[in-house]
Order: sequence, then C-alpha cells, then structure tokens
Amino acid sequence: MIYLDNAATTWRKPSVVIEAVTKALSGMGNPGRGAHDVTLQASRVIYETREKLAGFLGISNSDRLAFTANATESLNIAINGLFRPGDHVITTVCEHNSVLRPLYRKEEEGTEVTIVPLDPSYPREQGMIDYDFLEKSCKQNTKAVVVTHASNITGNITDLERVSRFAKKNGLLFLVDASQTAGSLPLDIEKTGIDILCFTGHKGLLGPQGTGGIYVRDGIRLPSFKVGGSGIHSYDRNHPLEMPSTLEAGTLNGHGIAGLGAAVEYLQRESVEKIREKEKMLSSCFTEEISKIPGIILYGNPDPSQRVGIVSLNIGNLDSGMVSDWLWEDYEIAVRPGAHCAPLLHKALGTKRQGAVRFSFSYDNTLEEVETAVQALKTYAREEGLL
Amino acid sequence: MRQRRKTLVVTFNTTQEALGMEKFCIKNQIPGRLIPVPGEITAGCGLAWKTIPEEEREIEERMEAQGIKWASMYILEL
Repeated sequence: MIYLDNAATTWRKPSVVIEAVTKALSGMGNPGRGAHDVTLQASRVIYETREKLAGFLGISNSDRLAFTANATESLNIAINGLFRPGDHVITTVCEHNSVLRPLYRKEEEGTEVTIVPLDPSYPREQGMIDYDFLEKSCKQNTKAVVVTHASNITGNITDLERVSRFAKKNGLLFLVDASQTAGSLPLDIEKTGIDILCFTGHKGLLGPQGTGGIYVRDGIRLPSFKVGGSGIHSYDRNHPLEMPSTLEAGTLNGHGIAGLGAAVEYLQRESVEKIREKEKMLSSCFTEEISKIPGIILYGNPDPSQRVGIVSLNIGNLDSGMVSDWLWEDYEIAVRPGAHCAPLLHKALGTKRQGAVRFSFSYDNTLEEVETAVQALKTYAREEGLL
Repeated sequence: MRQRRKTLVVTFNTTQEALGMEKFCIKNQIPGRLIPVPGEITAGCGLAWKTIPEEEREIEERMEAQGIKWASMYILEL
C-alpha cells in the first residue's frame, strides 16, 4: 500500500509513539486526581507533554496551552468563546469547515463574517488569497481575523507575518488553524504574534488521534467550552478560570497525550526543518513530473517553497472519486477525492462538482512511491486519450 | 479509454449506514465494496456500495428484510 493521504492523518506513527501509548495503556492513573504515585505519574506525563509542546511551538508559558480532542474542538472553543452579536470577523475562502461552520453558527446569532476571496490577478487554480482585499476588510466592529496556516486542498502556506501585521495594526485578534502545519513547518507562535492557535496531534505532529490543543495568549480569557470535573476547587460551583484548567474539563486523553509527548520528542530529534525539506522534495518531484502530463490540472501555488506537502489535481473532466478509486484498485495508492471539507475553496477553484484528487506526502514516504503515483496518473491520462 | 462496466451503486445518508451495509453484505456474502460516491450522483454520505447490477432486486429485497437503511440505488457505467 502506498499511503498518500497524510493530510487526513499520518498513517504510521513512529515506534516511540506506539511504545509510549502502549506503556500508558499498561498502567496509567487519572491525572490531577489525587496524590498517590499512580495519579502523580499520570500528572507528570501531562505536564511534560505540555512543556514539550510549548517549547516546540514557541510558547514561553506552557499554562497557556490547553489539551483538546483535536483542532476542530480547539476552533469551536475559540470561535464560540470570542465572538458576540455585532462583532465582525474576517476569514478566507481557503478555510476548512472546522473554521467555517462555527463561524456560520455565530453569523446566525448576529456576528458578521467577511470571507476573503481568491486573488483574481492570479489564475484561479493557484488558489491565492487576496491579501489586499483582506487588508481592506477591517471595519469599526472588526474583532478578529481567522486564517488557516496552510490549505488542506492546495497546500498553499498563508503569509502569517503579513496577516499578523495587519491584525496588530488594527488591534484585531489573530487566530490561526495550524491543522496542516504543526509538525510539518517550523512554528514560533509568540514571535509571529499569534493570539490563538489551534492544532491537532494526529497529522504532522505524528501523534494519536484524539489529541490536539489550543494556545491562548496571556491576556485573553476564553470562557470554558465545557465545565465539570477539574481536580481542583471541587466545592466551587463554577469551573476554574485559570488556564489551562478552564479549557480542560473531565479526564484528559492521557494515553493519547503520552503518545503526543513521545511524538514531539521524535520531531525535535529529527528536526522539523529536515522533515519539511523531505516533504517539499517529494511533493516537488511529484508536481514536476505530473505537470508534464497533458490533461492534468494542478491546483496551488506553483512555487513548492510556498506549499506544504499537499498536491491536488484533476485528470481532464474525470470525477475525482473515480480516479481515486482506480488508484486504490489498481495500485493500492491511498489518496482523498471530493470536497475535503473545504467547500468554499472548491467553489472558488471551480471544482465543486468534480472535486479534486489530493495527494499528501509525509516524512515516511519515498521517491519510489512518488514514481509509482506518477506512472499511475500517466496510465490514466493515456487511457483517456490525453497522452 | 478505460473500460467502464455497468455497476449497481447504493448510496447512503450517513457513514453509519454505509458501514452497516458493508457489514450486512460481508455477513450475507453479497459481493461488492465501498467506493467514493461517483460525481454524477449526490448523497449525504461520501461512501457508496458498488456491486453487481444483475442482482439489484434480490439485494434490495434482502436489505429491506434486514432493515438495512440506504438513500438511493443507481445503475452507472464505472
């Protein structure tokens, strides 16, 4: 099997992650619920993973990082907590439904939402955000700008520095969805001036599913999304207000977080820069070869340094679902077709009906696998009379 | 052009229904497999069951008898 669907989840986790989860499953108490050695050991796992993640992501105070089930939960916490009727929020056409749907709900409650379109001065297949439009969208009641760090369809990397400057200049909160970049691109949250960052553990971070987190800059108070057991202040009717407890109610996914801690250690040993170079090399080689195939439509910035390891394409008018099924049936190549939970970008790219076939590479993939995928696409182009 | 064949495609409203169909078919030795929903049709769930068109009536009867939920059935060239 050739797994090229890493944007959905990284399939094979490093052995150290598997070992850490197995060890935790073999015996782990409930963190923060008592003082015997078993529960203290669990608390230490949570504490150490939080510290490791904070260092890895450029956060000086690990208290500002709360664990969540995934980036979707983090984004719901942020968007539900921050915006009120009468507020205005700026976002983009490149966003995933985990940003859009919470914003649509807020819109129904009276929050205004501006969705920045693609830049018409570029071919629409390149999927470039219109930064000039974004920078002209600020109004008196604008509260925040919410952007993805990289599109899960085109792989285009958002110019976070530019959006951060715009946010700071206008006194706006700056929220980033790092689902496709945490672990795959170097991230320095505080240096970049990000106010809230949402990430998932099971993609580039190489951790287990069911892990993720939210960073909330000191000075911002997000209301608790869910309230319940906290391990502290049990006689208070209200959930604790202090981070991270205020955003962590109930028992955490301790087994998963143990794995996530081991994953971050692995990434630090391998280095994100080295991982980035490999993923860029694989996706560049793939793009270079398939761009020579007549009939192939490539989406995204043609400059590979401006994309993460994601390449989406179509073969002529062929349905993306059909092509992805051929790839699986003929070659056991796993890719993802369809809408990728990013409906606005597909509409903007003109691929609403057809979808797109998304190939997403990881540190684990090889040039031989890239070559097999290229040959498969050449075969289909030939069969359809395009080659 | 790659050879297309007549195929019976069953669509569903939810992933739960699609996986229920897979389990039912495996248990009852009904041939086929889950595929992405073909572009020419739309459905609530992105998974569809692909099987032999000649057995459409029998498959439908057996699904109804077992209370297997589905959205629609189509005969397509895939």
